[in-house]
Amino acid sequence: MYSVEVQHISKSYTVKKATTPALKDISFAVKKGELFGIIGPDGAGKTSLFRILTTLLLADEGTATVEGLDVVKAYKAIREQVGYMPGRFSLYQDLTVKENLDFFATIFNTSVEENYDLIKDIYVQIEPFRDRKAGKLSGGMKQKLALSCALIHRPKVLFLDEPTTGVDAVSRKEFWEMLKRLKEQGITILVSTPYMDEAEMCDRVALMQNGSILSIDTPQQIVASFAQTMLAVRSASMLQLLNKVRASSFVENAYPSGIYHHVILKQQATADQLQQELSAAAFADLEIKKGQPTIEDCFMQLMRI
Amino acid sequence: MKPQQHNQSKTGAARRQFFSFVKKELLHIWRDKRTLFILLGMPVVQIIIFGFALTNEVKNSKIAVLDQSKDAATSSLIAELNASRYFDVEENLTSYKEIEAAFKKGKIKLAVVLPSQFSEDLKHTNKASVQLIADASDPNVANTLTNYATAVVMDYQDRVTNKQRLPYSIQVETRMLYNPQLKGAYNFVPGVMAMVLLLVCTMMTAITIVREKEMGTMEIMLVSPMRPQMVVIAKAVPYFLLSSINIASILLLSVFALEVPINGSLVLLIAESLLFTLVSLSLGLLISSAAGSQQVAMFISLVALFLPTVMLSGFMFPIENMPFPLRMVSNIVPAKWFYIIVRSVMIKGVGLAAVWKETLILTGMLLFLLTVAIKRFKIRLQ
Amino acid sequence: MLNEKIITVDHLTKRFAAFTAVDAITFDVYKGEIFGFLGANGAGKTTAMRMLCGLSMPTSGKATVAGFDVYTQNEQIKKNIGYMSQKFSLYEDLTVKENMQLYGGIYGKSNQFIKDKTAFILEQLHLKDEANKLVGSLPLGWKQKLAFSVAIFHEPEIVFLDEPTGGVDPVTRREFWMMIYEAAANGITIFVTTHYMDEAEYCNRVSIMVDGKVEALDTPAMLKQQYQSPTMDDVFLKLARKATRSGD
Repeated sequence: MYSVEVQHISKSYTVKKATTPALKDISFAVKKGELFGIIGPDGAGKTSLFRILTTLLLADEGTATVEGLDVVKAYKAIREQVGYMPGRFSLYQDLTVKENLDFFATIFNTSVEENYDLIKDIYVQIEPFRDRKAGKLSGGMKQKLALSCALIHRPKVLFLDEPTTGVDAVSRKEFWEMLKRLKEQGITILVSTPYMDEAEMCDRVALMQNGSILSIDTPQQIVASFAQTMLAVRSASMLQLLNKVRASSFVENAYPSGIYHHVILKQQATADQLQQELSAAAFADLEIKKGQPTIEDCFMQLMRI
Repeated sequence: MKPQQHNQSKTGAARRQFFSFVKKELLHIWRDKRTLFILLGMPVVQIIIFGFALTNEVKNSKIAVLDQSKDAATSSLIAELNASRYFDVEENLTSYKEIEAAFKKGKIKLAVVLPSQFSEDLKHTNKASVQLIADASDPNVANTLTNYATAVVMDYQDRVTNKQRLPYSIQVETRMLYNPQLKGAYNFVPGVMAMVLLLVCTMMTAITIVREKEMGTMEIMLVSPMRPQMVVIAKAVPYFLLSSINIASILLLSVFALEVPINGSLVLLIAESLLFTLVSLSLGLLISSAAGSQQVAMFISLVALFLPTVMLSGFMFPIENMPFPLRMVSNIVPAKWFYIIVRSVMIKGVGLAAVWKETLILTGMLLFLLTVAIKRFKIRLQ
Repeated sequence: MLNEKIITVDHLTKRFAAFTAVDAITFDVYKGEIFGFLGANGAGKTTAMRMLCGLSMPTSGKATVAGFDVYTQNEQIKKNIGYMSQKFSLYEDLTVKENMQLYGGIYGKSNQFIKDKTAFILEQLHLKDEANKLVGSLPLGWKQKLAFSVAIFHEPEIVFLDEPTGGVDPVTRREFWMMIYEAAANGITIFVTTHYMDEAEYCNRVSIMVDGKVEALDTPAMLKQQYQSPTMDDVFLKLARKATRSGD
């Protein structure tokens, strides 16, 4: 049984007569209790997709259901069952932490006490600041408060639009740990992010670019399906090395990745051939090894197709 | 997962949502002290400014005299006028024609005409007349000046009669130039009321809703089970309360500080003010559904509402003297009807029987605006 | 290349009432270096960067930027640095060309300089056909690359980049870093903050701020060795988890 089903959804915006497609014929399904990631850079269409699924936006074409309910016809019923955290910080900045939480609890026909067990984990971290105005919280704290508010009515499906954008690495890590624990409670979670390294925290991911889905699979499977040979190279002069590698006839693509350059070889080319070519150029401290593709490497490779 | 417990009935839940929203809204207003101060202080300041502007201007006003008699009696009367601290005789005119010219040049505010047989009339018929011609484009000043001038003339008359022990009487004949009906006296109270209510209700309601759109909180509100119409109405409630405070402070100030009486029924006056408040609130809701940003909301409120209210409600400029198209347009300005109602009830002291038509028009406007505003309120984003 | 100091910071401190945002930080940045400035939200990065840009007066300590003192010579500092942030960089309602003319004008460059440099950048970014388009109509990746070009339009000694690649797709992110490498190769010092830990690896040296102090400063390789971590991500987490304070 699926929690979210999307079939052939398209959406475009018209501004001053220019029509820009935001979503192009998107289809996917999310299983109940799954932690599903939608990964892509700004402008991929993540927010439009979330807005359609949370009944805030009408698609031009296609259908979608959340918990078996149609997003257009049954929008009222869906609104009772989903939790939504928009991309921007969308709480009342001039209300305190406690006031915000109480307010959202009432609006969603419940009380903080009723579902305290669900948010307890998260809320205890911000409880010391409960009389502080939301606008005065740090990025990580705001995010925890927003998540508490989105969870307060014990939703069956949680939509989190770029919850970790602009948040530092520590808070990001903590946030994903919170999501894992929520998943254990049986909540289906859809989360979007521009950070490719967050893909591995998800059960399954959809890689999105320019309104289309490049691939849907488990992160492990996506990495495993990377077909080309990838090498990691480094030397004392990285810029020259990159220029040299890019100019090589054996190389399909090369780009910096951490302390190495990732080099993707052409179909017939072998690592030895490149090794010989680079050795001939006498780079100091040259190191060539087999590269381990990441989701980001896969994403870039998929973007080229 | 345990099922959600809904012990209360559906209406109970809706009521709690509603009050919780109103409470939140009041907190927003309370925490923004500067805006709150402006909203509550504005009517006070406006009433005071208008009040003082009205009473301060009449010292040493320049006047012109057309003395067609030029005898001892007229000279002493003119001397008394000049001696009063209210008047300075600026010009001595020689013909009627010069009066208009003197007014047009803007030099004088009042002209005093003493007819050629002043002394004779006074002596022989015991009756003489003085004509006062005032520039009524500023009706309050005109009114005050003619009152003072009349008082000076009466003083003079008293003295003359006392000395001579004869029943002389001087008739004062007043003519108002430019604005014969003297519109404006006390008129600013209803005018300020209309302006303040429009600003507080329309502009603030529009801005506060649009702010939620800008902040992104409207997205969460829409996704919540709270009915969108409820959100809109809950947003308007605090401004309705604020407006009630403003109505009270304007009425108290006018009665006690400016001594403008409430001649009609206070209950009726308050009821009509609240009706106008509701019209303004619906206008605000309507604007909020059209505006995408706070600036746009403010701009629409000012240009599409505030200016017509000032110009076309009859508060600043008499509608009777306007060209036909403008008179037509003035009919759709709610403030015009409110203005008529307040003036009638407060100053003329008439009852509902005399203003039922205007009340009906305002009620109609309210129903129309509210329906359109709620219909137009989007349950989704664009 | 790494001999001439271009930024010197000595016990630089900034206090706001009882709160010490930046607590006696000390480090040097060398000419032509790519210097990564990392830290969790609220660690004091932004405050430190503001002081170095001459926007905020330090409470105590010393610092020079391009040889100028941050207390007394902030006007000279501003002339010799470039600045780019993710939030604000270009005017969306001006065209590509107008933006460049504007920034050239702000830094008092001659018309000839502006003309030549504009032509050069348009050529370099392959934006010739877009020169007269509004910046708002360009894709995000292009905007960010353009914003960087504009930040170094006046050929500053140092460019401060505040999370320049947020939300940008991975290909454009690489292209952006290629531009940074090139600028560094041309002698421009790069001072950059980022939330992407793989980008920290691209830096020559990385400093990590925790609770207002510089807790670690070295090359990425040395830092990984020192903290026995496989990745910079891990180094960062090990350090940032020690933080006791939170708040921006």
